[in-house]
Amino acid sequence: MRSRGSATVALLSLALLVAVSPSAAAPVERTSLSEVSAEVMCPVCGTLLELAESPQALREKAFVSRLVAAGRTKEQIKDALVAEYGDEVLALPQGSGFSLSAYLVPIVAFVVALVALLLGVLKWRRAGNERMPERGDAAAGPSDEDAERLDADLARYDL
Amino acid sequence: MRFRPAIAVLAVLAILGLLIFGLLTKGSSGVAVGEVAPASPLPHLEGGGNGSLADYRGRWVLVNFWASWCIPCREEAPALEDFQRRHGSGAFTVLGIDSRDLSGDGKDFVDRYGLSYPQLRDGDGATAHDFGTTGVPENFLIDPNGKVRLLLRGPVTEEYLSDQVAPLLPGSDS
Repeated sequence: MRSRGSATVALLSLALLVAVSPSAAAPVERTSLSEVSAEVMCPVCGTLLELAESPQALREKAFVSRLVAAGRTKEQIKDALVAEYGDEVLALPQGSGFSLSAYLVPIVAFVVALVALLLGVLKWRRAGNERMPERGDAAAGPSDEDAERLDADLARYDL
Repeated sequence: MRFRPAIAVLAVLAILGLLIFGLLTKGSSGVAVGEVAPASPLPHLEGGGNGSLADYRGRWVLVNFWASWCIPCREEAPALEDFQRRHGSGAFTVLGIDSRDLSGDGKDFVDRYGLSYPQLRDGDGATAHDFGTTGVPENFLIDPNGKVRLLLRGPVTEEYLSDQVAPLLPGSDS
């Protein structure tokens, strides 16, 4: 009785282990030639591999197709291409080293532009407030001199 | 308010810095006849460590940039191999540099044409860029001091090798 209970516990533990193991949780990441060739370059042509039809590009596509058929993931294939052609084969800059600046510079530029815009708006509003006449002055109406000049102007344009 | 000129100067300096960096890293390069050829280390195509043009200092070297996908490279390969067999010695060698090519394809090319001269691998094309090549094949005759003596942007022929290269090598009659 006790041994049957132990076996049940062992089976349940095994089932739980299989259920939560990473290999069971994550399905095998399949990729394709078109998926990879949209993210890597033809080094000789200087264009995306998917757009290139040069002899070098055809060799590179055949290489990718062989690795796809062998069940390699996209990242594994990209690593293999980097080993063959160097970092420049990647269409997207890597997220490390100097290449990281390709991602950081636009963000920093956006933040700087936003801050500059906010400062500009604040300055513009402050300058506008300084130029605005006080409410009391406006309610009092024009001075006598201004009123006379206004009347004269209106009379001149009276049709 | 007094920070504004400093920020403007900093912004201009940053843009200038980027321009200068771009010019230094992507600017024109290459060697001309009479200049010293680049000699950065490269892996051997067949594996087993690195090699360099500097390893051949004291010898004449015909550096041949090629790739397995390049049709003119296939046409010149037999002429280069024949020239190596006739002139290769302690004083001269052909040195192949397989550029922007898959290493497996490069090895197949060497086997198919029975190339016996040493081969280096320039996968990212950095050395080809340092030489200022515009494509493949291109050929550079380097003298024992490491300077470029001849430059041919295109495939060699038997006539070119016998008329232009051979007379410069030690032991030639001319």
